[in-house]
Amino acid sequence: MKDEKGCEKNLEIKVHYVTRVEGHGNIYVNVKNGTLEKCEWSIPEAPRFFEAMVVGRHWNELHHITSRICGICSIGHTLASLKATEAAMGITISEQDLKLRKLALHAENLQSHILHIGFLVLPDLLGVGSVIPLATSNPTEVKTVLSLHRMANEMSNVICGRTTHPQRLIPGGFSKIPTMKELVALRKRLQDSLSSIEAVANLVESTAKFPDFKRETEFIGLTSADEYALYDGQLASTDTGNAPVKEYLSYTNEYIVPISTAKRAKHARDSYMVGALARFNLNYEKLSPFGKKVAGIFGLKPICHNPFMNNIAQLVEIAHSVEDSIRLIDELEATGLKPQPEYHKLDIKIKAGSGVGAVEVPRGILFHDYTYNAKGVCTKANCIIPTNQNHGNIELDMKALIPKILDKTPKEVELTLEMLVRAYDPCISCSTHYLTVNFV
Amino acid sequence: MKPKVAFFDFAGCEGDQLQVANLEEDLLTLLGQVEVVSFREIMKEHNEDYDIAFIEGSCTRLQDEDRLKQIRKNAKIVVAIGSCATIGGINALKNYKNLDEVRQIVYGESARLFDTYAARPIDAIIPVDAYVHGCPIDRNEFLQVVKSLLLGKKPEVPNYPVCVECKKNENICAFDRGQFCVGPVTRAGCNSCCINEGTICWGCRGLIDNPNENSQKEILIKYGLTVDDAIGKFKLYFGWQEGKR
Repeated sequence: MKDEKGCEKNLEIKVHYVTRVEGHGNIYVNVKNGTLEKCEWSIPEAPRFFEAMVVGRHWNELHHITSRICGICSIGHTLASLKATEAAMGITISEQDLKLRKLALHAENLQSHILHIGFLVLPDLLGVGSVIPLATSNPTEVKTVLSLHRMANEMSNVICGRTTHPQRLIPGGFSKIPTMKELVALRKRLQDSLSSIEAVANLVESTAKFPDFKRETEFIGLTSADEYALYDGQLASTDTGNAPVKEYLSYTNEYIVPISTAKRAKHARDSYMVGALARFNLNYEKLSPFGKKVAGIFGLKPICHNPFMNNIAQLVEIAHSVEDSIRLIDELEATGLKPQPEYHKLDIKIKAGSGVGAVEVPRGILFHDYTYNAKGVCTKANCIIPTNQNHGNIELDMKALIPKILDKTPKEVELTLEMLVRAYDPCISCSTHYLTVNFV
Repeated sequence: MKPKVAFFDFAGCEGDQLQVANLEEDLLTLLGQVEVVSFREIMKEHNEDYDIAFIEGSCTRLQDEDRLKQIRKNAKIVVAIGSCATIGGINALKNYKNLDEVRQIVYGESARLFDTYAARPIDAIIPVDAYVHGCPIDRNEFLQVVKSLLLGKKPEVPNYPVCVECKKNENICAFDRGQFCVGPVTRAGCNSCCINEGTICWGCRGLIDNPNENSQKEILIKYGLTVDDAIGKFKLYFGWQEGKR
């Protein structure tokens, strides 16, 4: 293999623990005489075996345990877990609780996306190693990012009790709900944040020099006729169309690679991508007007095959989530909040069964699948994490990208590859918790 | 000269380091007092020269022990943050199972490729100087601990049960609501945050030093609960402390 200028060169890159990502991942690249001999994206993170740990546990504990898979997307894990348990037991939730859960999910998407763009990506764009020096060099921008992050965290507190490992989300609904007064105050903050979000978008637009790279791939996520699908929907692929969520295993097809404690997934091609860009590509039409406006600032249109633009799709989703949260609060205000008893707990009729819960969390589609016996004890669990679904796509992107950037210095190549990994916003401690195998 | 601090993570969800990032404006104030030299989750730079090491996550593999010992060598003060690091956390649930079966369930035929041993807290491997309990940690408690350390004091950790805080907060007792709660034997310091939010105490801060087992048994009998109920809940966070290793 030669680079685009026809040079034959040697290059070895070893990145032990890519920084500013959640969890531990390594990059290894070896180019000899212009030939890419090895390119590996490997995960050495210690596995935690959640799927084995929940076996033998009661239906009313699973959401508490599986929330601990991930500190950043614990609301998403809790919701996927509750949906799986509720599907297995035939429990339905009220319209009000559904709206509150959608607000919980928006709060987490906001928190996670703002953290990623503001703390993890912005330093690359401004040429520094972390957000810390930016506090002195760009105080206004850092303060804007911090205040948006605080708003998202306080939104989680109001809806779920706290932002990490939320307490109020329980089977059948909520143990405690916010007051209308709290929601109205939240609505005002959301409204006030719109101009800050536009300012961040403009800042990113003026500094973002993402590589002009494109590799066609398949995008998978939830889709819905009613809304930009996050909490619920059908499975969708840009290659093969839609399917019911319960058919998820025919989409994910997980497999093990010896270099990684994290599994990988593939569907219609050798790999696929999930996350903000996948959702954007599948559901652009359902974005709120402000979401579309932010996409317009960057000229982002579906179907975009540049993985670096996942960062921008996250920005678009920040705008969407704020605007959609305002809409949800308005709806709750119009109908009025129906009060519920303190320490609320549903009387649930326990029965044997299986259920799948799929939710779009910050990094993509997440599946929890549980089987319970007649006593409500879990006998089998399977969880498929967004980042696992992306690992294969990351490595194939690297293989396609390296020949195009061989004219750069090794340091620049390394930084570009790290930026590629960061664009996916991988959540590695998540992905090593789940590795699932088909039972024989 | 500002003390140099570093953050490290082992088997865990990184939710505790996230609480540090969640300090937001307070984080900027804290950064005026300390120099962060290593924090892989948010910064590219890394340096082995540090005074205080904050460690999140439990040790679940023999191969990770060397890294812990190296951190102990480099640091003057080692602080365990979060349940996984302080008591083994939710990871110790697997200690009740046959670990070969656990690997088999998750990795099938490839199980032999993936090492694991009983999940354990950091102080099972190296001496620890201070603890920030909880799953996740409370960011204000973290700040208090850092403040104490910077002043050269040993941080105070409550050694009484969550019930004390829960009563002060005037909650209706979970047992009176027909639920099982491990607040009577769990270390306080969380201001009974889970009960305040309408649920129960799950035990994430670990057992107090001398749990009153007789009174716990009396509660069980009074409310018609079985020993199985208690053991089931104790397994969630107390695996390592209960001797499952």
